[in-house]
Amino acid sequence: MGFIEAVLLTIVTAATPLLIAALGELVTERSGVLNLGVEGMMIMGAIAGFAFALMSGNPYVGVIAGVGFGALFSLLFAFLTVTLVTNQVATGLALTILGLGISGLWGEAFVGVPGVKLLPIEIPLLSEIPLIGKLLFAQDIIFYCSIVLLFGVSCFLFKSRMGLTLRAVGDNHTSAHALGISVSRVRYLAVMFGGACSGLAGAYMSLVYTTQWIENMTAGRGWIALALVVFASWRPNRVLIGAYLFGAVGIAQLHIQALGFKIPSQFLSALPYLATIIVLVIISRNRRLTIINTPASLGKGFVPDR
Amino acid sequence: MSPKFSIRLEKRDQLSSFFSIVSPFIALLMTVALGAVLFAFLGKNPAEALYVYFIEPLTETWSLHELAIKAAPLILIAVGLSLCFRSGNWNIGAEGQFVMGGVAGSMLPIVFPTFDSFLVLPLMLICGIVGGMAWASIPAILKNRFGANEILTSLMLVYVAELFLDWIVRGPWRNPQGFNFPESRGFTEWQILPEMLASGRMHYGALIAVLVVLAAWVMLSKTLKGFEISVVGQAPRAGRFAGFDPKKTTLFVFLVSGGLAGLAGIAEVSGAIQQLRPSISPGYGFTAIIVAFLGRLNPLGIFAAAIILALSYLGGEAAQVSLNVSDKVTSVFQGMLLFFVLAADTLIHHRIKFSRPVMKTVMGA
Repeated sequence: MGFIEAVLLTIVTAATPLLIAALGELVTERSGVLNLGVEGMMIMGAIAGFAFALMSGNPYVGVIAGVGFGALFSLLFAFLTVTLVTNQVATGLALTILGLGISGLWGEAFVGVPGVKLLPIEIPLLSEIPLIGKLLFAQDIIFYCSIVLLFGVSCFLFKSRMGLTLRAVGDNHTSAHALGISVSRVRYLAVMFGGACSGLAGAYMSLVYTTQWIENMTAGRGWIALALVVFASWRPNRVLIGAYLFGAVGIAQLHIQALGFKIPSQFLSALPYLATIIVLVIISRNRRLTIINTPASLGKGFVPDR
Repeated sequence: MSPKFSIRLEKRDQLSSFFSIVSPFIALLMTVALGAVLFAFLGKNPAEALYVYFIEPLTETWSLHELAIKAAPLILIAVGLSLCFRSGNWNIGAEGQFVMGGVAGSMLPIVFPTFDSFLVLPLMLICGIVGGMAWASIPAILKNRFGANEILTSLMLVYVAELFLDWIVRGPWRNPQGFNFPESRGFTEWQILPEMLASGRMHYGALIAVLVVLAAWVMLSKTLKGFEISVVGQAPRAGRFAGFDPKKTTLFVFLVSGGLAGLAGIAEVSGAIQQLRPSISPGYGFTAIIVAFLGRLNPLGIFAAAIILALSYLGGEAAQVSLNVSDKVTSVFQGMLLFFVLAADTLIHHRIKFSRPVMKTVMGA
């Protein structure tokens, strides 16, 4: 395997969890709910995936557990923000704090224990294509899921009636309610979809990215995924570009060090966070564009008048 | 097909003053109840565990001192955050501002170790405040100039600050006589925030925290600035008609909260740790968010809430020693508490109606 191929492969590995988590959050936000708990749901997916894969010896059980726990955990958020109409920002923070706490407690027994790796599935013939073959067609199931999700979310949001309903709820919940749409049901489902995606992204972290449990191993990726949704101005295709761009920045630190540049590792580790800030600034500068694209009801609770 | 059981909310015409006082207590009770379940789940006697966790730390003098040491930074940070949250500015990067305050404040004793006069401590505190302010000004300016989301920028800066601290302690500021341990030289004499009483470790940070609570209370209830902060947050349109500039408010609350977090940071480094280490906070900046909400964004409420959250840190340590329970239980408790606080706050704005279809048909018939 050549150097370029190796670099590209690491970028794919870094980008996949960002892509999945950001796509999930995009759907949630399109329904008008801002869930800042991505980091918490991701880490729950990571620990659940790790624990279940280890217990069963089967990484696929881990993948399913990650998705399940992510969705289950997001249900807590949905109950508070949709049913009890609590402040979404604060509730999302609570979800992150709780997720980091529970995963730390649960994972204590797993520190230093080697995990189970989710192995790649080589697709015959296609994986033989030079350069991109190994990159795109000899990957694990979660990578393939990320690509399916990308097209699935695009089609769902912009080509299906249900997607139209979801966007209507996100843009004007009062009108949607007047049309007879159950705002709370749409939002519950959208939040849980986001949770399932975050859980899957977390499972990727503990089953593919590193096959061991490290406390706080998501290291802010959930927050970067949130920033990606803004960067993408709530469009799935742009999430793809953003995730791979950030994946590349995150990986750059490894290669800069490998090339022998004498830069303290901490500065390189700070790059993804700084890049997030810079990108947010560049995107937000065009206020008109941001206002047009932001779901109009984003972050606002809905209590039907009767 | 009617739903079997549903919860629906009804907006109150007026905020419930009863629930605005009672709701934090409901949240605490729920947390303790669920905590008992958690301990039972971990195979411990819930009653004994809760005693060790929440009562025992209050029974000894030394642990009361520790309580004050942990409550002081929470109070300082949470008071600042309450101004931000009141005005609708979501500063969640206090942890980073705390760290940068600690770093900036440590500059004098580390770079000029021989400068040891009575002037050092005040200068250190000022440097700490300025460091926290500078770090907090970044998300404020980016929000005002470019409309960048302050939640995400302030949080990203936490990671950057932590990495910066890690670098500076392991690199340029490492103690040359420290056998390669990743820590700075120990502070001496005038560089240390002194203890207040002979009976324990509590330092003057606790007194500063009390003064800040009083100052914030006066500002919020008696001055125009305090009114402005609340109006900009609750009714931005009305605020603009009143001539309040939301951008100036944003910058102001970020500077104040960053300054307070920075002050907490240098007080912790100078008073409690007495040197710089790769990690100087057990998550005070994030726990203070819980403190601010549990205290209902009110300085006096924050004072009480900070003591409760400080107790959760101490209880976690005690439970680890005497019950062999992981101190990670603390962050689970803290997360649950914030959930219950937010859920209970719903009662202030809404009436909750439970509907059961059986009842309806009886009444309809």
